[in-house]
Amino acid sequence: MSMDRSVLFNIGLLLALLLVVLALPEYHQGNFARIMVLACFACAYNISFGYTGLLSLGHAMFFSAGLYGVGLTVQLLEFPSEIGFLFGIVCGLVLAVAVGLLALRTTGVSFMIVTLMFSQAFFLTVLLFGEFTRGDEGFVISQDKRTFLGIDLSSDDTRLIVSWVLISLCVLGCQVVVRSRLGKVLVAIRENEERTQMLGFNVFRAKLSALAISGAMAALAGGAYSLLFGYVGATFASVQYSIFPLLWVLLGGTGTLIGPLIGTALMFYLIDISSEFTTAYMLVAGIVLVLLTLYVPEGIVGTIRRRLAPWIQ
Amino acid sequence: MSKNKHVEALNTSRRTFLKTAGVTTAAAMTGASLGQYVQAQSAEPIRIGFQQHSSGIGAAYGRWYGRTTEAAVAAINNMGGINGRMVELVAEDDGTDPKRGAEVVEKFAKQRNCDVAFGTLFSHVVIGSAPRAGELKLPYFVVSEGHHVASGMLNRYTLQPGITDVKSQVQAMAPFVAGNLGKKVTMIYPDFAFGHDHRDYFSAAIEAQGGQVLEKIAIPPAETSFTRYFPKIPRDTEVVYHVMVGPAVLTFVKEMGEFFGGRGPQLFGFIDSLEAVDMQSPGLEFLEGSYFWEGNPRNAQSDQTEFDKAFRTAVGVDENGASISDSRDVSTYSHMFGCWETLFVIKQGMEACDYKGPQDRAKLVEAVEAMRNFDESAQFPQGSKLFNGKTHQVFGHQYISRVESGKLNRVHTTSIEDGLYEDEVDYTTQSL
Amino acid sequence: MELGPHILLALLESAVSTAVLALTAIGLALVFGIMRVVNVAHGEFFMLGAVLAWWITDQLTAFSPAVGFAVALVLSPLLVGAIAYASDRIVINRVDYDPERTIVATVGLLYIFQQISLMTFGPDARPVEPPFNTRLAIPWLEITEQGWAVYWPWGLSITSYKLAVIAISIVLLIGVWLVLSKTRYGLIMRATQQDKDIAQAFGIRIERVYGLVFAAGGALAAMGAVLIVPIQQAHYLMGGDPLLLSFIVVILGGLGSLSGTLVAAAIIGLSNGMIAVFFSPTLAKILATLLVALVLIWRPAGLFTRSSR
Repeated sequence: MSMDRSVLFNIGLLLALLLVVLALPEYHQGNFARIMVLACFACAYNISFGYTGLLSLGHAMFFSAGLYGVGLTVQLLEFPSEIGFLFGIVCGLVLAVAVGLLALRTTGVSFMIVTLMFSQAFFLTVLLFGEFTRGDEGFVISQDKRTFLGIDLSSDDTRLIVSWVLISLCVLGCQVVVRSRLGKVLVAIRENEERTQMLGFNVFRAKLSALAISGAMAALAGGAYSLLFGYVGATFASVQYSIFPLLWVLLGGTGTLIGPLIGTALMFYLIDISSEFTTAYMLVAGIVLVLLTLYVPEGIVGTIRRRLAPWIQ
Repeated sequence: MSKNKHVEALNTSRRTFLKTAGVTTAAAMTGASLGQYVQAQSAEPIRIGFQQHSSGIGAAYGRWYGRTTEAAVAAINNMGGINGRMVELVAEDDGTDPKRGAEVVEKFAKQRNCDVAFGTLFSHVVIGSAPRAGELKLPYFVVSEGHHVASGMLNRYTLQPGITDVKSQVQAMAPFVAGNLGKKVTMIYPDFAFGHDHRDYFSAAIEAQGGQVLEKIAIPPAETSFTRYFPKIPRDTEVVYHVMVGPAVLTFVKEMGEFFGGRGPQLFGFIDSLEAVDMQSPGLEFLEGSYFWEGNPRNAQSDQTEFDKAFRTAVGVDENGASISDSRDVSTYSHMFGCWETLFVIKQGMEACDYKGPQDRAKLVEAVEAMRNFDESAQFPQGSKLFNGKTHQVFGHQYISRVESGKLNRVHTTSIEDGLYEDEVDYTTQSL
Repeated sequence: MELGPHILLALLESAVSTAVLALTAIGLALVFGIMRVVNVAHGEFFMLGAVLAWWITDQLTAFSPAVGFAVALVLSPLLVGAIAYASDRIVINRVDYDPERTIVATVGLLYIFQQISLMTFGPDARPVEPPFNTRLAIPWLEITEQGWAVYWPWGLSITSYKLAVIAISIVLLIGVWLVLSKTRYGLIMRATQQDKDIAQAFGIRIERVYGLVFAAGGALAAMGAVLIVPIQQAHYLMGGDPLLLSFIVVILGGLGSLSGTLVAAAIIGLSNGMIAVFFSPTLAKILATLLVALVLIWRPAGLFTRSSR
């Protein structure tokens, strides 16, 4: 990867982010620890949706594959968390490939519904095995098991640093993907799938790769979430958590590297702040979504890119 | 212990370092400095963070938990507050979502300067929030009737002193069911953790009474029509034990009535199936003569205590358990007393340890752990209770009512001993 | 219960849910087929229909339940239709019916409708009294030593209202079919669906058609909801299931194919009910869900279109 303006921009932005979050009051540090991990999930979604044009409503299953892959192995089977974490990512990867092999035979709204159905089946499976998963209630990963390479993940400081490292890895990882040959094929598919096919590219394999990377990254976010915050539950596998990354990405800017992070943070604070003066914060969120689609359709970063900085990736 | 202290010291120094580094760089970048939090003065009110289910699936409960909590806070303040300080309620909606729940707990502790967090009902929100409360060392008083506290899954800072747990409730029902209704039972319950608790604890308890569960019918979550499950009820069933939660409960009970047409086995249900539902709703006529567990009798009984009377007046509930201003707005009477009683436990605890501020949170936990008996009184209108400081769980009386002319008349009161079981955890061995 | 009566009971119950699903799904099929946009808020139109039905009957408690119900059956779909029309004018039209932007905008509408409903009607499940509701026991035949004999199996029954729901739905569906195939409005809609540009060239005001189609879609969902509230209850979170099931039905039925939509509604409605007879309920839901996914993969353009792609 050549060190051009866009790469330097992202690295600079991530370093600035670190400085800002370190300077924030404690409460907002806690929030940003959550936001940065969830933004990894948004980055994952951005690879399949933003860069490849695959509108999935099933990403909750990849996130929860990581969540449960880590949670069940670490809490029930008492795996070391390092092994459990890797296992969680592999769960997401394998599930994404399996789902992709089937679902990628469809496109458009059919793809959306098929991924939604697989994700629903996953959610119900979590409930079916309630003996181990404790179903909707979920379970706690005990504090003594939440260490990683000797670091205590339940402490506020390490949590903040770890989540920053994760989002940095995801943003820069996405940049590597986007700049690779694969990334260029993906964007070509998004812009015109038929033409890409006619030019001799293996469209199916490219889309499958995108979904696999996306699924593994979503599982990384889910696994990290379970270890950092100590809770595993079926809510994270519900439809809502497939819609969230879509909203975060659209809000921040589809097909931009930093957009998912911005979108996640905005949505988080939109709810956090409005819930202080009204119980109707979902109403506020709804209105903001409608206004955004009407007036800022490319998302925050997308609009900045069009108006000010066309070199942003 | 000493090892823990050591780790803590290390953490503190790292925290200071990080903070200093951050502040310095930010100050250098912006030229601004950040204000410090002003330490709470003792004349300031005691702030109770109320994690309320105002939206999402728990909203019907959340509204009544809110009304009860506000009434209790008003009552406490009328009595002069706690340790001479007024109590201020800081309510925030958690959307009945475990992720948001944990965020709200964090907000209570770090931004809104709450002394304790309180009032959560739904189990998944409790379990999602409790780890964070434990890390923050924020006393977290839940009113959820889940077995998660006493099971040992949570931590030293999570307590349930105001409502009994499902294991205790279910276990206490078995002698009455086996002795009065029948020994061959079919269970119908929702196919998730809450329902599984009913299934497991009741099966064991009824077998101990010489009874038997013939069939266990699990209803998938979010189901909206139920008739197709009823044919699985075996013909020789003597008692149908039913429990259902969520917005479709009324459909469930109604369709069960239409299925049997008034000629079926005895019905024994948990009032959860009809919390916040008007007994006069169309289609419920067939419930006449059936039995319900009640945490607290919804209809004022003939031997109503002055405490129950005062509680109803304070919360704004009439003798049918409905809102005084709207007779069809039925309360969650079997659960919401838990908010009232929990707040008085917090008051007692804070007074016992002479609570001054957040630095005394550990002392508060210890003070509550040291409690044992709560006598039936204006503070504990539901009845006397026994608190187990090791498991952080309270035990109390349960009520069984029979539906007669559309009213729930109490026919049996269990003893506290009926609901006791062996300790599964000793939280007092965990560090504070 | 014996298998025979059990299956009959499951069939009858499934027929009721199929009837309501068909109405709701036809509404979505119109919008999806003609406007080519995904309306995520469709389930909320269903919810609004139910909640408004409760509100209307609640205002009319002085009259008999039948009067309240009849008024609700007319008024609630009209009101929801008006809300849908306004949503199209204010939001969907202004994102130029762009597929992705419409999805996000309708997610926004979904939140807005849900929260407004919570704030105005409250969080309780609200019952509506059925206009009539007699329990009808159903006989069954069995072979005894004396030959065939009629008996009344335990629990095998349905209510008169549930039968009426099936009948009313069929009448309404025939009505929809007549409007679409025999009237000028239907012709305009079909023309718009087949080729928007040519239709425009013939002087059809596309935007007006879209607004009316969106209103009709909402009204049909509301009709299904009004029919179901005397059986289930109105609740502000009830829109999720109808949305999901309608989507499955519409895609399975094939884009823009009304008869396909109806057949798909029957398949989904019946299979949902029947699988629960043979498997443990949650496992049944998993199997049904996976089955639908696999069918969609096998025929991405629906079961009833000639070319699979």
